[in-house]
Amino acid sequence: MTTKSEMTAAEIAKAVSGGKMSALDATEAALARIKQHDTILNSFTDVTADRARAKARTIDADIAAGKNVGPLAGVPFAVKNLFDVAGLPTRAGSKINRDLAPAKRDATLIERLEAAGAVLVGALNMGEYAYDFTGENVHDGPSRNPHDTTRMTGGSSGGSGSAVGGALVPIALGSDTNGSIRVPSSFCGIFGLKPTYGRLSRARSFPFVASLDHLGPFARDVTDLALAYDAMQGPDADDAACTTRGLEPTLPLIANPVSDLRIAIAGGHFQKNVFPEAVEAVSRVAKALGATKIVDVPEASRARAAAYVITTTEGASLHLDRLRKRPNDFDPAVRDRLIAGAMVPAALVDRAQKFRRWYRAQLAEIFKSVDVLLAPATPCTAPKLGQVMFNLDGVELPVRANIGIHTQPISFIGLPVVAVPVPLEPLPIGVQIIAAPWREDVALRVAYALEKMGVVAAPSPRGF
Amino acid sequence: MPEPLDDYIDAVSKALALPVEEAWRPAVRANLEVSLRLARLVDEFALPDETEPAPIFTA
Repeated sequence: MTTKSEMTAAEIAKAVSGGKMSALDATEAALARIKQHDTILNSFTDVTADRARAKARTIDADIAAGKNVGPLAGVPFAVKNLFDVAGLPTRAGSKINRDLAPAKRDATLIERLEAAGAVLVGALNMGEYAYDFTGENVHDGPSRNPHDTTRMTGGSSGGSGSAVGGALVPIALGSDTNGSIRVPSSFCGIFGLKPTYGRLSRARSFPFVASLDHLGPFARDVTDLALAYDAMQGPDADDAACTTRGLEPTLPLIANPVSDLRIAIAGGHFQKNVFPEAVEAVSRVAKALGATKIVDVPEASRARAAAYVITTTEGASLHLDRLRKRPNDFDPAVRDRLIAGAMVPAALVDRAQKFRRWYRAQLAEIFKSVDVLLAPATPCTAPKLGQVMFNLDGVELPVRANIGIHTQPISFIGLPVVAVPVPLEPLPIGVQIIAAPWREDVALRVAYALEKMGVVAAPSPRGF
Repeated sequence: MPEPLDDYIDAVSKALALPVEEAWRPAVRANLEVSLRLARLVDEFALPDETEPAPIFTA
């Protein structure tokens, strides 16, 4: 039997709006599951139980009064703790930010999900200041992988991966600057959407790298991912980079056939630096879709290098004053990378931004003859917590810096991606479904087709 | 014996009023080496003089 906490968001919303379950019951089920399991998973840093119960009661009262409660009625969700939550300091995984005044207003994306009837139940663990691919945090402890709690969740949205992968909540929000939605999706065996750069408002979230930061949802199936994404779309004057495009709902489109789509496998860089499980995952997805064409993405390794340079320097600029005043309150590994970032000459950063323009044109050319590219989301399944090195194509490399080797060249030019989980044994691993700018609908459509074929699915958590 | 980047780290640390304690120096240096190696990879790539940077990216 499906328990309340294992129901999808769509099932919960249907039951709540149809009067078969109260929003308060759905909320209490999520709170109980968090209480029972989060001592192990360590995915939550704040549980907003009072707020959640109050919101749920409002929804139930609205339903009793015959009001429209929205497509996410009573659906519990949680957010990476870099989203402003009214009443909480926005810690962004840091010790330093805990001294900030509590946020006065929720982030735009929280407001939009709650306007659609969803219920915020808490804020989630993350790597310090989002400069992380592991999900480890020196201040709050690591979030733990729901399929093997001795392993990483991936980061930096580690708590988001753990909470959804562990079925504590059906939907979570995270951020992705270089891979921080796609990496935890891969390691935790769930679906994640990194939309086109500028698609979803970042207003009232703590930034990392302004020219690369994206926000997006996680879910355990494609319908829930599209439901959450559609509820959050729309212009927002409070985010300078947010698009002025109108709503482009995807949910009505995801079940359309994919037979007319031109799907190719990303070659070159994306077929190197991989463990056998990543090769197997891409192969299964490509076979199911009948994709055999391999398209070389020119200079993807250099794109990854340029993304690295822009990240470390813009990140350093953001934190410069904190590095001067409170260096000992940072995670030392984050601090030392940011200090080094402050020392990269400006001319080299400008070169990276110019290269970005060139690389964007190359991908635009590719997308004239291709609708979707397939690539690994991570080079491997979840490493052990604390693992420092791994052997990639015969070379010993640091885990932390190289987990995002296949995600960075894609977010570098803001392409929309759905990370889909291939349920390999003993651990799942993700594949990136990459579409042209503003074509989230195409990536979601392919993900939905794969889900219906049984090729991708979020495995039930079994590590706790 | 001082590492090649140490003088540079000292100079930028002073110019930016950004403290680098001795205990942090090896990690800062290692990270800077990686950043400069990757930046060099980008720098080596010839681009037309007219190329516009893309600091606020529009997809």
